[in-house]
Amino acid sequence: MKQTPQLIHRYLRSSKRFPHVWCPGCGIGILLGALVRAIDEGGYSKDDIMLVSGIGCSGRLPVYLDFNTLHTTHGRALTFATGIKLAKPHLKVIVVMGDGDASSIGGNHLIHSARRNIDITTIIVNNQIYGMTGGQASPTTPFGLATASSPYGHLEHPFDISKLVEAAGAVFVARSTVYHTKALDRVIGQALKKKGFSVVEVMAPCVTHFGKMTGMGSPVDMMRWQKDNAVPFEKAREMSAEELQNKIVTGVLVDIGKPTFHEEHARIWREVK
Amino acid sequence: MSTQTTPERVLLQGSEACVRGALAAGCRFYAGYPITPATEIMELMSRMLPQAGGVFIQMEDEIAGIGATIGGSLGGLKAMTATSGPGFSLMQEHISFAAMAEVPCVIVNVMRGGPSTGLPTRPMQGDVMQARWGAHGDHPILVVAPSSAYEFFDLTVKAFNLAERYRSPVIVLADEIVAHTRESVVLPPLAEIEIEDRVKPTVPPEWYSPYRDPGTGIPPMAAFGEGYRFHVTGLMHDINGFPTQRQDETQELMMRLFNKISKDFHLLQWYDSYYDEGAEITVIAYGSVARSALRAVKMARDKGLPVGLLKLKMLWPFMRRTVMQYLESSRKVIVAEMNMGQLSREVKRVNQGKCEVLTLNKIDGQMITPSEILAKVEEALA
Repeated sequence: MKQTPQLIHRYLRSSKRFPHVWCPGCGIGILLGALVRAIDEGGYSKDDIMLVSGIGCSGRLPVYLDFNTLHTTHGRALTFATGIKLAKPHLKVIVVMGDGDASSIGGNHLIHSARRNIDITTIIVNNQIYGMTGGQASPTTPFGLATASSPYGHLEHPFDISKLVEAAGAVFVARSTVYHTKALDRVIGQALKKKGFSVVEVMAPCVTHFGKMTGMGSPVDMMRWQKDNAVPFEKAREMSAEELQNKIVTGVLVDIGKPTFHEEHARIWREVK
Repeated sequence: MSTQTTPERVLLQGSEACVRGALAAGCRFYAGYPITPATEIMELMSRMLPQAGGVFIQMEDEIAGIGATIGGSLGGLKAMTATSGPGFSLMQEHISFAAMAEVPCVIVNVMRGGPSTGLPTRPMQGDVMQARWGAHGDHPILVVAPSSAYEFFDLTVKAFNLAERYRSPVIVLADEIVAHTRESVVLPPLAEIEIEDRVKPTVPPEWYSPYRDPGTGIPPMAAFGEGYRFHVTGLMHDINGFPTQRQDETQELMMRLFNKISKDFHLLQWYDSYYDEGAEITVIAYGSVARSALRAVKMARDKGLPVGLLKLKMLWPFMRRTVMQYLESSRKVIVAEMNMGQLSREVKRVNQGKCEVLTLNKIDGQMITPSEILAKVEEALA
């Protein structure tokens, strides 16, 4: 444990004014640590990492880190990231988005990036709520939950983001929680190494809003819930849909290969020149 | 792509001239979405850009089109997208981002007829005010308006130059007639085309502040992935690009965004004038209407009528200095445009009682004809 803060400090921007924007008990800080450890483990140069985000709590992640960093508009991070990847193919482009950012306003960009197989690693922080704007229902909010924008209970059914991107053609899809940090480090590392559109869905507690609205309790209680309700993918295959109700299926869900957009584009260059 | 060393006479559609201009200016990135009447620009880019070693990508919508365009520019390439009214409306949020984050990019809007889906294959000039005020938040914008295939070539080159010089989004506001008309164009030798590139930092990376004013109002711009690790955001930011809410830093950034362009208003008076001498009446027009207007003015002069034409090639910032001269020298001006009076509002704003401002408006999806303008001129002289 002693090593962790030291490693993080090598990647934090010393010039950036702290404190950060996240609430006590938020899962995004744990994700930031996991991302840094995975990047460090992968041996990437800081100059070669391009970190892009959208809007929301997760949108504030890149500014603290000493990489090429870009904070874009709500839902559109993948579009900017696509442009950068094609202009500078040597960059390892990583996009961080929230659940509303990625699957509501940015849903179209998410599925088309997956279909296109653009070489980008996308990390989706899923806290099942709009945190920054004050706890409104998102596309992953559970059916029936009373939120700031569904005071009589949420009338809609949630997306399974991992299944969505799998269907759209992502070549690597993994899900983890911020409680399972070792597994989180590992799947982010695998996603970074994967050529093509890779997605890591990270279940993260929003204590301030989701915790309050569900009555799940303190940050510790929410972490304990993650610990108790995560089911490895391999085990989940043996379980019925009923048994999987309210469980989080974790692990690597998809790992396939197909040509990436920028490789195909480079082939066109060679052919038409 | 052309590498001609002598002037070349070619038959070009306006859209094709635009693409040739973009490539001549050094455009190496295009991201867009099909939309009539701007689709030809995308199709030509898909064919020609890879041949020039550039990047072409068809995105999932116009929001993504301009998002990727901004990304391409942040990656160091000269980048553009093209669309028509409905797509232009979708792009507004990102035009605002490009203005705030100071990302050079060119957005071509080939105006169609009417609001909403309107008349996709017919001309109007309904987006003049949207081009200026469509994107949220207070910021300046640069908008040029070609009236011919040649000008579509020329102003696209210049739009890239402006984008690179001012680190700003630049809009090329064409109309359906200009984009679809095929006409003979004399393209200049490539070596004679003036090209401007963004100023890059010369300091070592550890000294680089991406938004520090070097005195010109325009900070040098590093590309991502070239060793300068910096932050770009649409939030109000300090000289390092980090978010700020400090009043002094907010004021400084906002004023710099405005002043970097307003300091050069005198350089941004782009117009052609015809038959100025003794003109009691000046027709003011832009885009394809200026073609009809020139014909009308020639017909009027043949009849001995004292009429001239002021063709505006830059719409925003509005050329107050130039227009004021004509308001002072003319008895009446006629602003002819294919909308219910968008640019004429600006002319009236700067007129301040100097002369009588008449308008000729047409919004039926048909071009304004020379005889319609001539009739208005004769009415004004009567």
